[in-house]
Amino acid sequence: MEGFYSPVQVTSWLAQGRALFLVIHFLGIAGFCYIVARRLVPLVRGERDLRFDRPLARLGRVLKFWLGQWKHPRYRTAGTLHILIFAGFILLAMRAFTVLIVGVSPDFVMPGLGGKTGQSYNIITDYAATIVFLCMVFAVVRRLVFRPARYLVPAKYGKSHTPDAIFLLVLIAILMVADSLFAAAKAAAESQQGQPIEALAVLSLPWILKIALASASLTTVGKFYFGAYLLHEITFYFLLCYRPFGIQFHVETSLFSIYFAKLDRGTLKPVRWGVGDEHLDEVKSFGVKTFEDFTWKHMLDFYSCSDCGRCSDNCPANAVGRPLSPRFITIKGRDYAFQHYPMFGRSNNGKALIGNVYSEDEIWSCTTCGACEEECPLLVEYIDKIVDLRRGMVDDGKVPQSLQKPLKALESRGNPYGKLEKKRADWANTKEFQQACTVKTLDHKNGADTLYFVDSITSYDDRMQSIGRATAKILEHVGKNFGILGAAERDSGHEVRRFGEEMLFIGLRDHNVEAIKASGVERIVTADPHAYNALRHDYKDVPPVEHISQVIAGEVKAGKIRFNAVANKNNVYTYHDPCYLGRHNQVYDDPRDVLDAIPGLKRVEMARSRDRSFCCGGGGLMLFYEPKEEQRMGVKRVQMAAEAGANVIVTACPFCMVNIEDAIKVAGMEGKMTVIDLAELAEQQLARESQRAA
Amino acid sequence: MARIFVYIAHKGGMADDSAAELAAAARKIDAAVLPTAVVTGSGAELDATCAALRASYSEIWKIENEALAYPDAELVRKALVKVLPPGSVLLVSHEHFGIDLAPGLSIKLNSAFVSDVVEIAGVEGGYLKAVRQEFGGQASAHVHCDISSGAVVTIRPGAFKPVANTSASGLVVDRSLDVGTLTAGRRYLKTVVAEAGDVDITKYKVLVSIGRGIQEKGNVEIALELAEAMGAAVSCSRPVVDAKWMEKSRQVGSSGKTVKPKVYLACGISGAFQHLAGIKGNPFLIAINKNPKAPIFQVADVGIVDDILEFLPELTNKVREMRTASAK
Amino acid sequence: MEILVCARRVPDTSENEIELNSAGNDIERDELVYSVNEPDNYAVEEALQITARVGGTVTVATVGGEDDEEILRREMAMGANRAVLISDDAFAGSDGRGIASILKAFVQKGKYDLILTGVQAEDGAAQVGGMLAAMLDYPFASLVTSIEVLEGRKLKISREIEGGNKEMHEIDLPCVLSIQTGINEPRYVGMRGIRAVASVPIPMFGTSELELDPNTVGESAAKVKRIDYFVPALGKGAEMLHGNREENIDKVLELVAAKGGLK
Repeated sequence: MEGFYSPVQVTSWLAQGRALFLVIHFLGIAGFCYIVARRLVPLVRGERDLRFDRPLARLGRVLKFWLGQWKHPRYRTAGTLHILIFAGFILLAMRAFTVLIVGVSPDFVMPGLGGKTGQSYNIITDYAATIVFLCMVFAVVRRLVFRPARYLVPAKYGKSHTPDAIFLLVLIAILMVADSLFAAAKAAAESQQGQPIEALAVLSLPWILKIALASASLTTVGKFYFGAYLLHEITFYFLLCYRPFGIQFHVETSLFSIYFAKLDRGTLKPVRWGVGDEHLDEVKSFGVKTFEDFTWKHMLDFYSCSDCGRCSDNCPANAVGRPLSPRFITIKGRDYAFQHYPMFGRSNNGKALIGNVYSEDEIWSCTTCGACEEECPLLVEYIDKIVDLRRGMVDDGKVPQSLQKPLKALESRGNPYGKLEKKRADWANTKEFQQACTVKTLDHKNGADTLYFVDSITSYDDRMQSIGRATAKILEHVGKNFGILGAAERDSGHEVRRFGEEMLFIGLRDHNVEAIKASGVERIVTADPHAYNALRHDYKDVPPVEHISQVIAGEVKAGKIRFNAVANKNNVYTYHDPCYLGRHNQVYDDPRDVLDAIPGLKRVEMARSRDRSFCCGGGGLMLFYEPKEEQRMGVKRVQMAAEAGANVIVTACPFCMVNIEDAIKVAGMEGKMTVIDLAELAEQQLARESQRAA
Repeated sequence: MARIFVYIAHKGGMADDSAAELAAAARKIDAAVLPTAVVTGSGAELDATCAALRASYSEIWKIENEALAYPDAELVRKALVKVLPPGSVLLVSHEHFGIDLAPGLSIKLNSAFVSDVVEIAGVEGGYLKAVRQEFGGQASAHVHCDISSGAVVTIRPGAFKPVANTSASGLVVDRSLDVGTLTAGRRYLKTVVAEAGDVDITKYKVLVSIGRGIQEKGNVEIALELAEAMGAAVSCSRPVVDAKWMEKSRQVGSSGKTVKPKVYLACGISGAFQHLAGIKGNPFLIAINKNPKAPIFQVADVGIVDDILEFLPELTNKVREMRTASAK
Repeated sequence: MEILVCARRVPDTSENEIELNSAGNDIERDELVYSVNEPDNYAVEEALQITARVGGTVTVATVGGEDDEEILRREMAMGANRAVLISDDAFAGSDGRGIASILKAFVQKGKYDLILTGVQAEDGAAQVGGMLAAMLDYPFASLVTSIEVLEGRKLKISREIEGGNKEMHEIDLPCVLSIQTGINEPRYVGMRGIRAVASVPIPMFGTSELELDPNTVGESAAKVKRIDYFVPALGKGAEMLHGNREENIDKVLELVAAKGGLK
């Protein structure tokens, strides 16, 4: 028996509308093509972005993040909803096309979906449409009644997005109803006429609607059949053409935004793709100043944002009341594109972004922690855009006064404090310390196979120097042949780069790379995650680098380090994941393994840990910036630690240490909460009788 | 030795504190020479000032002119050029008026100029031997100034201790007629008074004063908490205002407020003289600073080398403890 | 408006602790980092803002040697249209009056409506601006914290006086103003800007270009001479407390209470 065939009666109903349907097809498709073409105009004008390499890796990500909806379950309710809707759409795609074509070519059967396959497909899609419909209802109720906080639009960003969201949800629901009604009417007509009918899925929407039509006359059913078809076609094409005007454009663009997403974590976009460092002096303008300075991929990101708010929900700057909300970086960018590249008429481009779309403080507020990028299901990139906007501001001289001083000091002295280069290694030369540990400075006389890259804060800050000393003692204890660059070391430049001063960064980097190469070391160790990230991702041609937590964990696993039990068994420890060790470089377990190797150490996890860790406030130049905020990030983090039941926070980053120590004082929790660096704790607990394995 | 003149600034019929300091400086130049006061202005206030000066100056030159009712340096300069004999030495206080007046005056008088002098060791062979400070007070320098054809010298406020003046003949000489009409390429319009802030630091007996050492706006709280615990107010030095961490009304110094507290805690303040110039009445000065070489330790009564970000919170806790203990 | 800013290269003192050299007659200069005198930088920024509003050019000049070119380049990178190095062996050892004479000769070689200097440099003398104005017979104002351009070749300026108050004046052009820090927020000059001007030629003016009599400048003409640097014998100074923090705190509270500072 044929599967899906069009009995004469049914066909004749539709036949009357054929011309109309054709016209709608034509208008819909032409409209969509025109709209998409207009939407592509700014992308064509945008800067180049080299994202065409490693197709297999990119396809893999499409499978994981697009098809596999990998990030969605991070928000359970919305995630589940979306997975169901997405699966429904994928499943329904062939059915929708079939329905569309049937109005013009009544005998059309989608290739591969004939016979039993087709019938099974229809059963599945009956349920799919039903589930999508129910999801729509649930989503509308959620928007209107439960109103999740992250959807809220603060007054300064304009009107609420909820009406538009509900409009779209309702339209999709209508589409499902139209589709179901179409199937139901057909089945009802066939059953009235005594013709063989294909079974509708039990309890599905079409099934329910068929029952509702059971008592209607054939003529009425015919009217519903025709009406449902028309409604389906109009709604389908309306949605198709409306989607590119708002957040639903992600339906089309998500595949591309995910395919072309950045593959290498922790790296930064170059000032200009295809322009090497040696040619940067020839580049006329650095960074993003007007919309057209964005690359096509970043513009695509603006189109792809689905306004889910997960980024801002996790953004620490947003949480403390800084003027930054990542969601609105994207939404405002998108709105700019829509406004300045209209459907009809000339594009009105080239306006300065800073001061018109984004404020200076908004862009300087970002600590580059990466929480936003970690959440975004569409893999929208934020850090590169912020860095590019900063590059533009630096190029125009618009740098806050509070940052000008450390930048100038970095230029003249190689550290943001303006302290003398020759004092960079003083931390290792105190009388007391020299008795406990020898730290050699690498030069033509002294070599080693391991470099301990100390970086500026650990070298110069009185408090952080103890992290340096602890790290050195540990390295000595495990028998590493190591040395430091001493006065030849400059700031790693990690934040210099992320604050938009690319040329100064290049100067610092080149100086350090030369010094590292001259030292002849084969590996690098650092206790500073920012230096770690810089050496791993911003620097080229340097030996492999490890963070001290990885070194200790390795030694513990190899049995070469044993720890003494903690003195105070009542302390409850919690580990705070530094952004540049955890999220950006995915070193989550090594520090935990180290803590768990200390006997008697009770450890708890904060609710926000690992890749959901909450930034302490930022490092490097961020320590000098004076943000407008309601609260310090560090204070929030200390409160989170207290909520988790801990009274000792362990960090593995000197900047986290500064921010959290400060926060403990500001929050008035002195005596109730302490903080210690992982290296300090490990060194303190070292069981020194333990000999290295022979 | 040529005549020594001292320019007297005055307000409301009273001479500025600098008058006595300048007289002391004049004595250091040449104890044998009696300095002459020079006062400009107009009306009853000028007369009152001249009358008051008779007790400490043997000769007072009064220059009265309507145009000089407000002390505008451009006009005062023109008047002095007409009145001062060639080769004179003129002392002026090194503050905003002196800075405005003195350098140009030395050119018009064709005499030497040396400014912001903190010490004078007399005259030798036509050279005035003085001490100045450079690099924000981090280094001192001996300077020799050829005063053989006269000099204009500005004196750092507070550097010379006033000396009880014994001579009292107080002759007022009216030199107004030598001046004629005064016009200049600059015209004084008005003075805009600073907005009163929420706290009037001049009214407090104890001030917790912060400088650059507070490092960032967020740390200002630390000082505010200490001040609250002590019943004091927080004041600050110029860099704190420039960085917009506190309002201008909190600034102590030559371009800020002048305060006369009983106790002054200088926290993270280096001790540049522009700040110290705002502290009068010789309060008990406690300085806390990370840098053992900070110039503030020269003028403080008690000094502690420590990090204010750590010291102050602990001090606050102790004060609070003491209060709760005494309340019981 | 044609604006000339007279700038100076000075040691960066804010972080560096100035020390005496081993001979004890000068400060240790080996490891000093130099930069443009901060008030001069504010002056250049102010000049740039004025010309952005009313048109014109900004020239930055310094009296010095080759080493001083770096600050001229920095100010060009900031946006100054032109930079000039005023240099001659005869200028060495000039006192403030000598420098002002040199600058006066330079000013007279051009046509400037407004001349700006910083209120003072590292020697704290605060003299060159006032002297220059008097030599040129231009009106002068020091400690300027705001500039407004008026019609008819006039400016309205404010001066910073005590108590946070401001003196408002009207001043005729051409004039000389010495600029106080805080008048504006200077724009950032990045490495890129500096590299862009690294090879721009900077014209040099000496005694012949200035038609200046060498006997009026330089060491021989100087009336004020610095003999040496020294660190004054500490004298009494403060009584330093050497206990641990807790002890110091107790002592402080004791003293404060004794002085009536605690109720």
